Amino acid sequence: MYETDMYEGMLAETIAMPGAGGDTILAYLARPLGPGPFPGLVVVHHLPGWDEWYREATRRFAHHGYVALSPDLYHRAGHGTPEDVAAKVRAAGGVPDEQAVGDIAGAMRYLRALPYVGDKVGVFGTCSGGRHTYLAGCRVESFDAVVDCWGGRVVMSEDQLSPVSPVAPIDYTAELPCPVLGLFGQDDKSPSPDQVDQQEEALKKYGKVYEFHRYPGAGHGFFYYHRPNYRQEQAVDGWERIWAFLGKYLGGPA
Amino acid sequence: MCTMIAEQIQIEGSGKGREGWFVLRQADVSYDHPFHAPMEHALNIDFVNEGLGVGARVAVELSADAARALAATILAVLDEAQVGGYLE
Repeated sequence: MYETDMYEGMLAETIAMPGAGGDTILAYLARPLGPGPFPGLVVVHHLPGWDEWYREATRRFAHHGYVALSPDLYHRAGHGTPEDVAAKVRAAGGVPDEQAVGDIAGAMRYLRALPYVGDKVGVFGTCSGGRHTYLAGCRVESFDAVVDCWGGRVVMSEDQLSPVSPVAPIDYTAELPCPVLGLFGQDDKSPSPDQVDQQEEALKKYGKVYEFHRYPGAGHGFFYYHRPNYRQEQAVDGWERIWAFLGKYLGGPA
Repeated sequence: MCTMIAEQIQIEGSGKGREGWFVLRQADVSYDHPFHAPMEHALNIDFVNEGLGVGARVAVELSADAARALAATILAVLDEAQVGGYLE
């Protein structure tokens, strides 16, 4: 708990890191000043891009005591404004799952190599980033906590599978090595409440540790203060759930 | 962007972007999260020329009703032009 006579400092900057296939991609790193050790967190951006909200979120995690690293999953689409880059990726139907998982794994390894990061590293994401988070949480060994915020298309029908998304993330649930926190709006269409139920059933089936919170009166993206779907009460509670969950499983301040 | 419903078509024409007019090569049509329109999902059209970089883009984000009305109007105007013998 922060008190007004505490010292507080942060370093936030763009870095380059090895991503999927050995590609060098950019990432945004924010960390508390000091020798640590601090828990690490990979912050996975949404399909609207590697945008200002995500850089703010990355700094917010650092503010709460985490070394947070947000890789640019759209690095290979070129550079321009986040919207222009994301529009190009949107038109292409997103990035390949395999590539996203490789980039997230690269970010995890980057964090684990830092001398001020302890032995706990989690992963957080919203929207398509929530989906990538769940997918990477299952497929990348050694994450210690997963925070999936309204990740759509975790449950996929056969006709939604494609060369870029050949396997529904829910089908990897058996491999999940760590606890999951899921935050969802009851008015969301992707994921729908029924799909969230299916995801929960899969977690139960395989005996996984999880916490799911479903918010009435909220739809998709209810944390985004710059969008009409923002829901103040639900967002405040959601962030509190995140701090408690990460504090419990990564050892950060609750 | 969780629908991933997107189509791309080759087109011919010009668009006016941030730095003035440029030649259009492609239209990207999606029904997914918009960047600006106050809706969860919108019919998004990006008129682009990837050869000029990701910034060569003219974007519109429409409600489903507006998009259907626009599509019908475009076809109606073209039909009228064809009847009048104006189509090249």
